[in-house]
Amino acid sequence: MELILEGIRQALTLMFGLDPELLRVTWLSLLVSGTATLLSLFIGIPAGTFLALQQFPGRRFIISLVNTGMGLPPVVVGLFVTIILWRNGPLGALRILYTPTAMVIAQCVIAAPIVTGISLAAMQSLDPRLRLQILALGANRWQMVWLLMREARLPLLAAVMAGFGGVISEIGASLMVGGNILGQTRVLTTATVMETSKGNFALAIALSIVLLVLVYVVNLTLTNVQQRSRPL
Amino acid sequence: MVRWVYGILLLFTGVMVLAGCVGQASAPPGLATAPKPAHPEVILTTTTSTQDSGLLDVLLPMFEKQTGYKVKPIAVGSGQAMALGERGEADVLLVHSPDAEARFIEAGHGINRRLVMHNDFVIIGPPADPAKIKGTASAVDTFKKIAEANALFISRGDNSGTDALEKKLWGQAGGVPKGQPWYQETGQGMGTTLNVANEKDGYTITDRATYLARKKDLKLDVLVEKDQPLLNIYHVIQVNPQKSPKINAAGAQAFADFMVAPETQQVIAEFGREKYGEPLFFADAGKVDEWN
Repeated sequence: MELILEGIRQALTLMFGLDPELLRVTWLSLLVSGTATLLSLFIGIPAGTFLALQQFPGRRFIISLVNTGMGLPPVVVGLFVTIILWRNGPLGALRILYTPTAMVIAQCVIAAPIVTGISLAAMQSLDPRLRLQILALGANRWQMVWLLMREARLPLLAAVMAGFGGVISEIGASLMVGGNILGQTRVLTTATVMETSKGNFALAIALSIVLLVLVYVVNLTLTNVQQRSRPL
Repeated sequence: MVRWVYGILLLFTGVMVLAGCVGQASAPPGLATAPKPAHPEVILTTTTSTQDSGLLDVLLPMFEKQTGYKVKPIAVGSGQAMALGERGEADVLLVHSPDAEARFIEAGHGINRRLVMHNDFVIIGPPADPAKIKGTASAVDTFKKIAEANALFISRGDNSGTDALEKKLWGQAGGVPKGQPWYQETGQGMGTTLNVANEKDGYTITDRATYLARKKDLKLDVLVEKDQPLLNIYHVIQVNPQKSPKINAAGAQAFADFMVAPETQQVIAEFGREKYGEPLFFADAGKVDEWN
């Protein structure tokens, strides 16, 4: 119990003292996971919408893959991305292993199926007659997709939150492709694991608290956006 | 609708801009004066003990300032460190697994293996000492006693330098007790393994540096120490540049030279003395290398 109090005390000291190392680690977490989430939206929302609206052979099979991908273990992603990015590997010429860019790629691979799966469910949960009605009113195909996405915007925002939550809290892939390098690829989760193994439990608790606060602030912002624009 | 799209875009743009500012602010101002090597990035694979003890945090900034290289230290077990070297995915290794290192050099994966420093391993356990090992002179006899008593032993089990030494000692004590209920493998680094041994009141073997750094929150005492096989020897090895054209041979050479330079050795010899009352490592560069 003392330890947890000490952790909270350290967390407050670090946060309000604007500890430069803590700031850097926190920004990197936010930057990497934010960029990865943003990229996964560009992939996931169109993919989910397409799967929801289009009938084609093999569709069920692809949907089952997407649903499996929602539970993709980060360590597995980390391992494969590492091997692909090795300098003697298939994409080695890019020389991006152990950089934040590599972490963005790995996290994007983790988040994209989550966003796709939730977008798919969101679009499918719309009343199918809505499509007919929109088309009957003379909308073209893109206008229809846009209107449907508007209609599904609340669950689509949930997809954003789930994707972001999945990657900001992820450790296996970040550790493998990033290497937890001080000042370069150390993020809140990898720093927490390292401090725990160093025995700096109070500092590890402090980092966890900062991570929780960060996730809370991001989700609070998104929730505000979501609830403000609730359809009447 | 439009409002929430703007909201999200604003949020992410904010993140990018702020992160950009932080990135710029953190660029070291003194870099203009440092030398600029053609290939500045050096990948160092090393053991967890050099990271967890804090030694790298002291040495790497020194090296980067002196030479202009940028080191990417990847802290893994010695086994993985060498496996990455073997694939040409590392430039230089700082490891402590002498037998495996010898095989690594023999197979042509590495060159120029040089002695850097040593400390020693200690066998630790609960103060109650159920296997009555305290004060045993020989490490092998200690392991025999633990096996006879079926006393809980927590092993790294991760193919690291510490793990290799532990397995070697078990081999001499009559075989690795794999599969025995009292012999448990964590598969993780030294710090985590110490936590597990501490919680379960088990015996384990650890390098002294990590033990000293962690002593304050452990209920485990040093029970057996100072036997010759318990020496923990660190070598620096350059990955053979013929393995892959992508290996930064010059950077590896510079780092290896740095590790054995008198000034660096002085820092290693003093490291930890202030905080723990005794140094964590003993500088050895240039001494006769019995493990070569």
